[in-house]
Amino acid sequence: MPEFTDLLFYAFAGLTLLCGFLCVANPLSRNPVTSAMFLVLTIISMAGLFVLLHAFFLAAVQVLVYAGAVMVLFLFVIMLLNIKEEERRKMNIAAVGVGAVAVATLAGILVRALWHATPLATTATVEGSTRTLGRILFTRYLLPFEVLSVLLLVAMVGVILLSRKELK
Amino acid sequence: MDFLQNLDPTVQFILFSVVKIGVVFGVTMSFVAYSVLVERKVSAWIQDRVGPNRTAPPMAQFVPILGPFLTRLGIFQPMADGLKFLLKEDFTPSYVRKVYFWIAPAIAVIPAFLTLAVIPFGSTLGNPGNKMVIADLDVGILYTFGIVSLGVYGIVLAGYAANSKYPFLGGIRSSAQMISYEIAMGMSVVSVFLLVGDLNLSKVIEYQAHGGWLVFKQPLAFFIFLVAAFAETNRLPFDLPESESELVGGYHTEYSSMKFALFFLGEYANMIASSAMMVTLFFGGWTLPFIGDPASGLLGGLLHIGIFVAKMCAFMVLFIWVRWMFPRFRYDQLMDLGWRRFIPLALANILVTALVVAFVNR
Repeated sequence: MPEFTDLLFYAFAGLTLLCGFLCVANPLSRNPVTSAMFLVLTIISMAGLFVLLHAFFLAAVQVLVYAGAVMVLFLFVIMLLNIKEEERRKMNIAAVGVGAVAVATLAGILVRALWHATPLATTATVEGSTRTLGRILFTRYLLPFEVLSVLLLVAMVGVILLSRKELK
Repeated sequence: MDFLQNLDPTVQFILFSVVKIGVVFGVTMSFVAYSVLVERKVSAWIQDRVGPNRTAPPMAQFVPILGPFLTRLGIFQPMADGLKFLLKEDFTPSYVRKVYFWIAPAIAVIPAFLTLAVIPFGSTLGNPGNKMVIADLDVGILYTFGIVSLGVYGIVLAGYAANSKYPFLGGIRSSAQMISYEIAMGMSVVSVFLLVGDLNLSKVIEYQAHGGWLVFKQPLAFFIFLVAAFAETNRLPFDLPESESELVGGYHTEYSSMKFALFFLGEYANMIASSAMMVTLFFGGWTLPFIGDPASGLLGGLLHIGIFVAKMCAFMVLFIWVRWMFPRFRYDQLMDLGWRRFIPLALANILVTALVVAFVNR
């Protein structure tokens, strides 16, 4: 049923964009918790897009790591620090100008890339079992994988060091 | 049944899935209602009381022998409870954050039911292709953990929505507690999958049908998973998010009527889901040591479902029993147990299992 998956794609893509927009520029609420919740929704709809590409592992890990752990900690920090609703700031003409130029440039690059891209005859999926993914990670992409792991370890050690009370 | 076989395979699949979802949902809901009754009865027995013994519909007393017997068992109590939850005044305090106050109970319930989707609660029913699992996902366990990790939002948002001190503390406690124990839980399962070699829960059961139950091969993993399951479902001895003596009622202090009932429902549905997970991962699912092959007929299929449900009930009773036998942990003890005992233990377990798999099994 190709039509049905198309429909799902548009639904998830629309949700991702809508929730992403509401996360950064919600016209109804300036509450940081609301923004965080919309970010969670964005992440979950992106997981839906991954599922449509048959990347089940990626989808599950996306929800597990980002929606389930990282965003909960975000909420935790927002609530503990008791961040009040942000006030509406006055528009700064210079900032708006710079922002507009930056967005236009990025959009131009993206549109250009899309324009020149040749659509594949068959739909490319990130198909493959978790087993193949693991095998590729530990053979072809071993070095980047290990480097990333060390990076995460460094971050972890740094956090533990910083949070120790008797640090001079 | 002939017209079923003649249908288009897609339509057949959708039809069977809808039926399975409906049955699983209905059975779980009635399980929730009656596990509350079991909870009250077991607690009564442990504390040398009688428990609910007099709720009955008007006609029950006229049925000889059976009527009074069922009344004394408390069979009718859950119906009265459910009716009361629906009919009581639904009070919304003036100071709450309205939107979150309304959606938090819903968010608390949904994940509990979603996790049930990947659990194989039987082998096959009728024809061999009709597997007794709603969604036979290749990443089954990862899906479960993903959904379980969303469960914390219901509690955190409830604490935030109430906009008062005790619920807020409950919400904060639960987010820290659930994240901590999710790590231990996830790591304890890794060693199981090292042995099985697949993330699909049906494959886990297949492995156990021929290689023996995993609880005997991975007792440490099972123990960590069990304790983490208590922490994840916020049950005693880890019920700090709602500890009555410190936080009044924790995150659901401000809730009443059906909204409160939804949190209640979520907790019991979570218990059912984690019982089902433990049965699937460590106790062979629908298999018994002498029944390992998928059923051929209708009767065998029903028998397998019966075996699964019986094992699940045993775990539910364990959940309830433990609640009335142990005192609550202190919060620092809880964190210490999670981070400094269980996570290193689970890591060591993974290492040992990996070494054994690498050197002995091939």
